[in-house]
Amino acid sequence: MKQTFVFSLVALTLVVAATPGHSADNSWGSGADDKTFDAMLQSGFKDRGIATVDRLKQDSTQKFCSDPVSAASPKMEKMRKKIEAENLASVKWPSDGKWLGDWKEGEKVAQSGKGLTWSDKADQVNGGNCYNCHQISPKEIAFGTIGPSLYNYGKIRGNSEEVLRTTWAKIFNAKSSNACSNMPRGGHMGIITEKQIQDVMALLLDPQSPVNQ
Amino acid sequence: MKRIHLLGGVAIAVSALVGQAAWAEKDKSIESIEEYRQALKDGNPAELFQASGEELWKTPAGPKNASLERCDLGLGAGVVKGAYAQLPRYFKDTNKVQDMESRVLTCMETLQGIDTKEYVQAPFDTPKKNDLNALATYISGESSGVPIKVSLAHPKERQMYNLGKRLFYYEGGPHDFACATCHSQEGVRIRLQELPYLPSAKGAGSAWSTWPAYRVSAGQMWSMQWRLADCFRQQRFPEPIYTSEATIALSMFIAATGNGAVMDTPGIKR
Repeated sequence: MKQTFVFSLVALTLVVAATPGHSADNSWGSGADDKTFDAMLQSGFKDRGIATVDRLKQDSTQKFCSDPVSAASPKMEKMRKKIEAENLASVKWPSDGKWLGDWKEGEKVAQSGKGLTWSDKADQVNGGNCYNCHQISPKEIAFGTIGPSLYNYGKIRGNSEEVLRTTWAKIFNAKSSNACSNMPRGGHMGIITEKQIQDVMALLLDPQSPVNQ
Repeated sequence: MKRIHLLGGVAIAVSALVGQAAWAEKDKSIESIEEYRQALKDGNPAELFQASGEELWKTPAGPKNASLERCDLGLGAGVVKGAYAQLPRYFKDTNKVQDMESRVLTCMETLQGIDTKEYVQAPFDTPKKNDLNALATYISGESSGVPIKVSLAHPKERQMYNLGKRLFYYEGGPHDFACATCHSQEGVRIRLQELPYLPSAKGAGSAWSTWPAYRVSAGQMWSMQWRLADCFRQQRFPEPIYTSEATIALSMFIAATGNGAVMDTPGIKR
């Protein structure tokens, strides 16, 4: 609690400090016409199934990243580091100490883009959405390109303790190393389970996985 | 029948081509998908919706038993040709910026005396929304070949553009997605689907000029409102209310950014 408070103060100071010299376009972002924008969000959306309007409430990471030009500016370096530290602190490491699960199960998680839309059910198994943005196994040619290729991920990096930790942190909470990464925070937001993360870890790092063949 | 065979052939050719050498074939696979789209275009089922939309436009209906032919879509009462290419815009009579679909609702209320609440609330792919989609398809077809020319001269138009831009970059939900997550890089895909880079004139122009569109995979005719609603669904957002200000603001941002691109409506998509 105390930590959050200190963080808010730092954030506030940074925002205030950044405002006067802010040469960027301020016609549209946070601070411009806030009342109208909030009213527009309020009146513009409705609950449907599991996708309720409280999803429009932003946490500090989402708020910061909603003006990408400002968020990427040199002035915001400290703020980015702060957000990364906050997200890293939220990472839950494997409770049974096991980094790698079953790569075959991991492939299924990577393939599935299902879950958490208003047409999905609360109790269904969510997917990891991985192939939507990444190349992974060479057998799957219908891969997206928003994220980097993960082909040969383990072959290139090996599986030292550091690689395992970095990869786990990235999957659990992608904002722990890149404040405004496009990648969802799989574990932190409860999109995928610990076991699913272990299985995706195996897909990326198990020498037997087709990713590393 | 012939068309379907042709499609099948192209689809097989696409998968065969893509299957050959995986990721090195990236550009080629996009090219093949483009060929597939061209083949689809030869017989766009959207034409059927255009025809039924025109009939709905011209047939008297509602408590006032009037047609929509006197509707003012921004170029004066009764002018449909070229109107869609200049929407959204500010309308004095409603004192609002309206997109095509919200303007049609206004005309149904004023000219036909219809209470449009049920139309707003009806899910997509139900009879009431299908009527609105047909009308949207007809109206958009009357702007085919016309360059997008959306005005930002009125203060309310500028305000809507800025609100739409802010919504475009607004992250939320369990996946931290904004429109910008997928649509603010040039030349990227989700799976094999290329994504328009919407903050650019080229990307916004190619997107705005090709909706409403017939979705081959779904066998449905989608208006821009439907397109946006399904984007928000995949974004894991709550459901946008049909013709809400949020949807019109976002439309304003995309349409005005795409100014100059030539309308190719109704479109056809995967």
